[in-house]
Amino acid sequence: MSLVTFFVLAALAVGSAAGLLLRRNPIHGALFLAVNLGTIAALFLTLRAEFLAAVQVIVYAGAIAVLFVFAIMVLIPGKEETGPDPLRGQRLLSVPLVGVFLALVSIIVGSATLSGSPKPPVPGGADALGRVLFTDYLFPFEVTSVLLLAAIVGVMALTKRKA
Amino acid sequence: MVPESYYVALSAVLFSMGVLGVLIRRDPLVIFMSIELMLNAANLALVAFGQRHGTAEGQALVFFVMCVAAAEVAVGLAIIVAIFRQRRRLSVDELSTLRG
Repeated sequence: MSLVTFFVLAALAVGSAAGLLLRRNPIHGALFLAVNLGTIAALFLTLRAEFLAAVQVIVYAGAIAVLFVFAIMVLIPGKEETGPDPLRGQRLLSVPLVGVFLALVSIIVGSATLSGSPKPPVPGGADALGRVLFTDYLFPFEVTSVLLLAAIVGVMALTKRKA
Repeated sequence: MVPESYYVALSAVLFSMGVLGVLIRRDPLVIFMSIELMLNAANLALVAFGQRHGTAEGQALVFFVMCVAAAEVAVGLAIIVAIFRQRRRLSVDELSTLRG
């Protein structure tokens, strides 16, 4: 049962990623990306990482996908990838190269032997994650708040129209 | 229970598709979305490895990746909008100079 769920979700994730790559219109790409992020959230659920699944839906599918759609609406592109491609040869070459990359990653991951027997998965609720975040990872957690503040200030400075 | 290696394999496939998207597309927005795809693939592998080893630290790392991704998307889209305002066109092949 769980195997069937995994393969359905994996097919959805790969299919939506392929849609993102193949559709010319970026708004279709953004919608495919939202589907992909949702399936990743479902995969987190199958891994029993419930809190991360919720955060994934809120942050990625909620905020980031909407931000992409807004940017596309502001820019109104969609005609940019027409016309002659100045780097057509290099782009065609990249497809087999990515195939080689995937093969290499598969070899490395396949040859790695995981030591030890698998341990029972930890519960992924907010309490387990919060315990780790506020003890061992307290300093990085505080640093992320500074990072987000810097991002806010930077975005305000970048998008401010000069009067 | 699905073995963790399946998740890692799916993560490798999704990451490669993200790399392909960065290499073959010309629209900076789509390239940006492909980068998000790669970040998500890495997150999936991190959660799978964390569950395999029975610790919550993989999930803590994913939490930080999400924070960085949110900041990165906000700043990156602001840069793209600023470039578009100046040039009225968006194609990464034309953005080869640093001068405005």
